[in-house]
Amino acid sequence: MSAPLLQVEALGHRFGRIVACRDIAFAMHAGEVLGIVGESGSGKTTLLNCLAGRLAPTCGRVLYDMRVKGSTDLYALSEPERRLLMRTDLGFVTQNPRDALRMGISAGGNVGERLMVNGARHYGAIRDSAADWLGRVELDPGRMDDRPGTYSGGMQQRLQIAKTLVVKPRLVFMDEPTGGLDVSVQARLLDLLRGLVRELGLSAVIVTHDLAVARLLADRLMVMRAGEVVEQGLTDQVLDDPHHPYTQLLVSSVLQP
Amino acid sequence: MTPMIAVKDLSKTFVLHLQGSTRLPVFDAVSFEVAAGECLALVGPSGAGKSTLLRSLYGNYRPDGGSLAVRHEGGAVDLMTAEPRTVLTLRRRTIGHVSQFLRVIPRVATLDVVAEPAIALGEAPESARARAAALLERLNIAPGMHGLAPATFSGGEQQRVNVARGFLVDYPVLLLDEPTASLDTANRDVVVDLILEARARGAAVVGIFHDAAVRDRVADRCFDLSAFRTAA
Repeated sequence: MSAPLLQVEALGHRFGRIVACRDIAFAMHAGEVLGIVGESGSGKTTLLNCLAGRLAPTCGRVLYDMRVKGSTDLYALSEPERRLLMRTDLGFVTQNPRDALRMGISAGGNVGERLMVNGARHYGAIRDSAADWLGRVELDPGRMDDRPGTYSGGMQQRLQIAKTLVVKPRLVFMDEPTGGLDVSVQARLLDLLRGLVRELGLSAVIVTHDLAVARLLADRLMVMRAGEVVEQGLTDQVLDDPHHPYTQLLVSSVLQP
Repeated sequence: MTPMIAVKDLSKTFVLHLQGSTRLPVFDAVSFEVAAGECLALVGPSGAGKSTLLRSLYGNYRPDGGSLAVRHEGGAVDLMTAEPRTVLTLRRRTIGHVSQFLRVIPRVATLDVVAEPAIALGEAPESARARAAALLERLNIAPGMHGLAPATFSGGEQQRVNVARGFLVDYPVLLLDEPTASLDTANRDVVVDLILEARARGAAVVGIFHDAAVRDRVADRCFDLSAFRTAA
């Protein structure tokens, strides 16, 4: 059996006296999609940032199966090594696309820039690749020279996804990727994400507070509360037969339209 | 011969933490085996735990004790201890499930809903869709409806889409929760034929059939769950 792509051991993070998350341990294999759910303030985003190499945990380790070196602690890497890994192997999609996009350059530039950072130099090839990815996230390649500021919120989010996936990462982290979008736009984005995850065989960790999004996208689920994982397992198991009081509360609180 | 499904000492209690930690014991010390080509009907009054047991066999519910082994690619996998990805592999390759109600992703066309399990197993999309269309027509879902999402279909139509999805792949194990419940006679007969054909090719079937006539035609053994009820 192959080694896990991501292995987390006794991970914890605190901001001063405040414990954001603690005792997190799990392993994730290539091709798996893990959902993290829980109420706001439960430590989901802090955990995601620790997993993605963006925030050094106070304790514990995040082991990533690197292509050449094998299983390596993300935070034992040198700064340049970790940065290289983060722009090649790891992708990150934020809730607010404006946090990740460069608003002063064109949409195509936003996508192409990622390829240039990784060494692509042929302008025509970069432009073709950017146009191809805009098409894959259902953006009109004819608008690739427009700035992201002229795009709607849903379009910006799709642009961010194109920018993230163009470098073919192995593991993508998403923080509320559909938050803040109206429902019809959210539905299209979910269809798109579901298709891309399957087609590319992506591994992903998705933070959401929306259980329907988790059911649609995630193979397995971790339920967090007050910084701890209170329940985890197969997504439908956790949602259909929740054992922990908090998970039962979460599941029973969902409103049906 | 090694059974396809071996259930041993299985017990399940629901604990409703939000409702005064009410304990709802469902069943206790359930044991049975199902061989290839056999069909076991779960019987018992409503609330006896038939669906809970069936959902446990699919890895959807988590029983509290006992073991639940399913033969998968030459070995036996205990669903009680299997990792999520192993359970997902079993569902893809070994265990087919027709649930009581169709639960699908909105906006996906009926044909794709049905063809999806075969495509996930590596079948070419064109051939999977062609087989899905044929199976849907056999279940009297007209081609004009194949391109529509099943959300707006009638109960009986949704149920037939569900059946088609569960029977497109030749799973070694089939779990059927009331597959004929909301169907008219003609469609019920098609489903009975499908079940008999699955048995003939060697599938182990566990099902809930409230219709006694259907049960008599497809099942060769009954398992009465009311005998395993634990005292509340």
